[in-house]
Amino acid sequence: MPTVAVDKTDLYEALGREYTTEEFDELCFEFGLELDEDTSQSELPIVNGVQERAQLKIEIPANRYDMLCFEGIARALKIFLGKESLPNYRLTKPQNLQKIIVAPETVQIRQYISAAILRGVTFTQRRYDSFIALQDKLHSNLCRNRTLVSMGTHDLDTIDGPFTYEALKPENIQFVPLNQTRNLNGKELMEFYENDKHLGRFLHIIRDSPVYPVVYDKNRNVCSLPPIINSDRSKISINTKNILIEVTATDKTKVEIVVNQLVAMFSEYCAEPFTIEPVEIVSDHNNESRIVPDISSRKTTAKLDYINGCCGFKQTGEEVATLLSKMSLSASVSKEDSNVLDVTVPCTRPDILHQCDIMEDAGIAYGFNNLERTFPGKSATFGDPFILNKVSDIVRREVAMAGWTELLPLILCSHDENFKFMRREDDGCTVVKLANPKTLEYQVVRSSLLPGILKTIRENRKHSLPIKVFEVSDVTFKDEKLENKSYNERHWAAVFAGKTSGFEIVHGLLDRIMKMLRIEYISEKEVEKSGYYIKEFEDSTFFPGRAASVFYRLKSDPSKAVNIGSFGILHPEVLENFDIPGMVSSALELNIEYFV
Amino acid sequence: MSDLQLSILKLLEDGPVNDLAKQYPDIEPTILQGALNSLMARSMITYKTIETDLWTLTDEAIEIVEQGSHEYRLLEEVTKRLDGLKIADVQKVLGQAGKLGQLRAFKNGWVKKEGDMLVSNVSDKPNDATADDLKTIKMTGSLPNAKELAELKKRKLISKTKQITFNVDKGPEFALEIKKLETDLTSDMIQSGEWKSKSFKQYNFDAEGAPTLAGALHPLLKVREEFRQIFFSMGFTEMRTNKFVESGFWNFDTLFVPQQHPARDLQDTFYIKDPAEADEPEDKTYWNNVHRVHEEGAYGSIGYRYPWSAKESLRLVLRTHTTAVSTHYLHELAKNPRPARFFSIDRVFRNEAVDATHLAEFHQIEGVIADYNLTLGDLIGFMDRFFKRMGVNKLRFKPAYNPYTEPSMEIFAWHDGLNKWIEIGNSGMFRPEMLEAMGLPPDLRVHGFGLSLERPTMIKYHLSNIRDLVGHKVSLDFIESNPAVRLDEKLV
Repeated sequence: MPTVAVDKTDLYEALGREYTTEEFDELCFEFGLELDEDTSQSELPIVNGVQERAQLKIEIPANRYDMLCFEGIARALKIFLGKESLPNYRLTKPQNLQKIIVAPETVQIRQYISAAILRGVTFTQRRYDSFIALQDKLHSNLCRNRTLVSMGTHDLDTIDGPFTYEALKPENIQFVPLNQTRNLNGKELMEFYENDKHLGRFLHIIRDSPVYPVVYDKNRNVCSLPPIINSDRSKISINTKNILIEVTATDKTKVEIVVNQLVAMFSEYCAEPFTIEPVEIVSDHNNESRIVPDISSRKTTAKLDYINGCCGFKQTGEEVATLLSKMSLSASVSKEDSNVLDVTVPCTRPDILHQCDIMEDAGIAYGFNNLERTFPGKSATFGDPFILNKVSDIVRREVAMAGWTELLPLILCSHDENFKFMRREDDGCTVVKLANPKTLEYQVVRSSLLPGILKTIRENRKHSLPIKVFEVSDVTFKDEKLENKSYNERHWAAVFAGKTSGFEIVHGLLDRIMKMLRIEYISEKEVEKSGYYIKEFEDSTFFPGRAASVFYRLKSDPSKAVNIGSFGILHPEVLENFDIPGMVSSALELNIEYFV
Repeated sequence: MSDLQLSILKLLEDGPVNDLAKQYPDIEPTILQGALNSLMARSMITYKTIETDLWTLTDEAIEIVEQGSHEYRLLEEVTKRLDGLKIADVQKVLGQAGKLGQLRAFKNGWVKKEGDMLVSNVSDKPNDATADDLKTIKMTGSLPNAKELAELKKRKLISKTKQITFNVDKGPEFALEIKKLETDLTSDMIQSGEWKSKSFKQYNFDAEGAPTLAGALHPLLKVREEFRQIFFSMGFTEMRTNKFVESGFWNFDTLFVPQQHPARDLQDTFYIKDPAEADEPEDKTYWNNVHRVHEEGAYGSIGYRYPWSAKESLRLVLRTHTTAVSTHYLHELAKNPRPARFFSIDRVFRNEAVDATHLAEFHQIEGVIADYNLTLGDLIGFMDRFFKRMGVNKLRFKPAYNPYTEPSMEIFAWHDGLNKWIEIGNSGMFRPEMLEAMGLPPDLRVHGFGLSLERPTMIKYHLSNIRDLVGHKVSLDFIESNPAVRLDEKLV
């Protein structure tokens, strides 16, 4: 969730009263914001000899792009408190409609563009800072770090329309980037910003493309190279009066959301507040020719019985309309149907997708904590465990009752721990491998419980011996036949570590647990009987001649004997690999899914 | 040993004995004390330990006692000679001690210097106080004058040792004979009837009992069991959550999480390299419905209006929440819509940086309630009851955003110990875009809520580092000594 820092004094002035930190926290809570920090609660730092102004750092829900700046937060809270109603955003009718002509080549790289003009803007330092900060917030949230959408703002008095939006070879684009003095072409620019802390991380979006998107004015002055940087020529300052906002995107819906948020937030400071000058986009090749921005409100409806039914209150249509007005939505009872509310969703609320979003706003305005706390008791349902968990619990309790200690290691582990350390080979069709782990600790989803247990023993080397530990949990195997190409298997593993091997002790534990599961010990030859038997086997994980496979003749079909696991004395190199000196160890690992 | 004990008893026959060590000068006080303890354990005697400081003479001091102090001997040498003693001859006459003697004789005013000679300065022979004091110490082990004692110690003429002795008296069970005491009642004694005539040693009730060998279940899984019991008692069926790998479709798309949502970033989600791509789900209608509701909108929703990618949807991930499993269940429920309650507590994975409160994997507790005409008040009321079972009595709800629930509410609980509201979970009503795409009827509403298993456990049991609770760094001692879990028990 994004956090926005707003000036505390300015905000309380806008809200028309002072709040204690607790009072403001309460207001945020009811509205669905979170007050992260009131910086005045600790000593404010002195920057360049001036004490910093107190700020409120407020966490904003991730879908409320209309609250990513001071202006938006102040407006939403004022409306919530009933101190203001929603502004009426209007498009002006300019004599000369500015134009952006889009070249078909842009389809290759970033095909959508939208724009708007703010006239006669009065910035102060804090307004200007807020304008820049909002663009940053939009870039990092809704615009997904400029991959989907990016915006440039220009001093319209330094450039002349009509503008063109083109896609050209990098070598053929020449300009002085923002706050630089050197003229660079597209290629040089990539090198220049390669190690730039701020811009370096956006270069990948276009770097390897044969053409780069670029906005020119009529005199072939570069305005911007989206999504990287604007030109120095058209840069805005605190004194800029007329602003061209240009937004490019690979996402057709979000390009309009972004331009709408920018103009809705900052048209307040225009010579005539809340007016926006439109721009004509000429883009016939992809049917995107239109006048932008489209700041019209969306008309939709919501059912009164749905809102009442979901929230669990009984409000009249008029009452719900009043509630919605606190949430920047205007609503009225439909003339045709008293159960229908006609709702007008302003361009600042693209988060409203469905009547459920309207219902939620009614709930918030009413106050979630004011709702009567009822209980969903109309229908009887029955509690029931997942049968595999039930069997697991039987095993867990019986093993613990036999004096063993349960562990809870991680499910992700390194490839080496799962294979090399266990002296096992990766055949390439066993284990699920991660694509993007942050550390080597998490490379694969374990296919055995033993590595985690052995790591736990390593960390507990100082514990008195013998150590007797176990785990019952899932491992994962690849399986190309399944929809999700893998499956979990419930395993039980136990490890004895001490001064003697404990081989018979582990064997005895197996016998005990099988007895508790009502699984009989049988001989291999008893093909008509369900039960388990063991057979010596050689395996690189275990010491030669000290390992056995465990076979289970199924209850449903005793003629079928499945290998459900093995136990044995761990090979000394396994202990060495896991850095467990001075101990000898026996281990057991079984698939317990057949016992369901 | 028992000879010594008998001998002590004999001494006591006539009454209390003070300074027992004096009676046994050749026996170490520790051995004496052992005998006394043994007798006292049988209540045959009582005793008190007396510790006194004992001063002994050093070799130099023994010489002084025999020959007089250095200064006294110097005075004698000086008075022996009519003209006094030549200063240069002092060492010759008295050896090493001469220099010290000269120093102290001057200090005492016993001698004076005339030219290169030392002559007597006293008419009568003075008392040799040093020698006298040392003689007293030799006889009594101490000196009444503490200042003098300190001075002699400083001159390294005496050193201190501790003397231990005992004042002993008869105890209630006093006798001249020692009866053998039994430490434990045995089956043999019962069989033979010996127990009737035996005396038993007093049991030390202050000592701890013998440690019991015991197995142990893991503390976090004990908490899991408490939660499971709460769910069972409230009519919830446990979901089959044994599936760590899901497609983006089931983990995100079905939950109406748009494909550009930050939760789907490489920074947050573990993607699978091998195997890389899932199959499309069997239910093609559902697959198409999900596609449509994202791209164009449906079921009264305008949708997200972006080009939905099947390829993105088929990328495999480690499930980031068990809600992916709930989705499978709700999709099943759509075949026969009816009221239902499901829950699960199982592992989920997040590609997060690991710190004291975050691991890349944790347990998610999830509950789902499906019923006709459920209300938000029902969800809040249910949460009230649910959390009461775990000893949390005061809840409040904050509006929040979550792509698949609307309304969404964060659950805050009042914590008496911390004296503040803490966030303990999330809840909400699943969006119609999600439910109707499955084919569930619009009036069958579904509540979902979730919390992590680790967080409430850490808060309740005052753990500050998650690695002390989960993973291979957990201490076995911690697991073995962790008490049973009762969530309803108030700990703060």
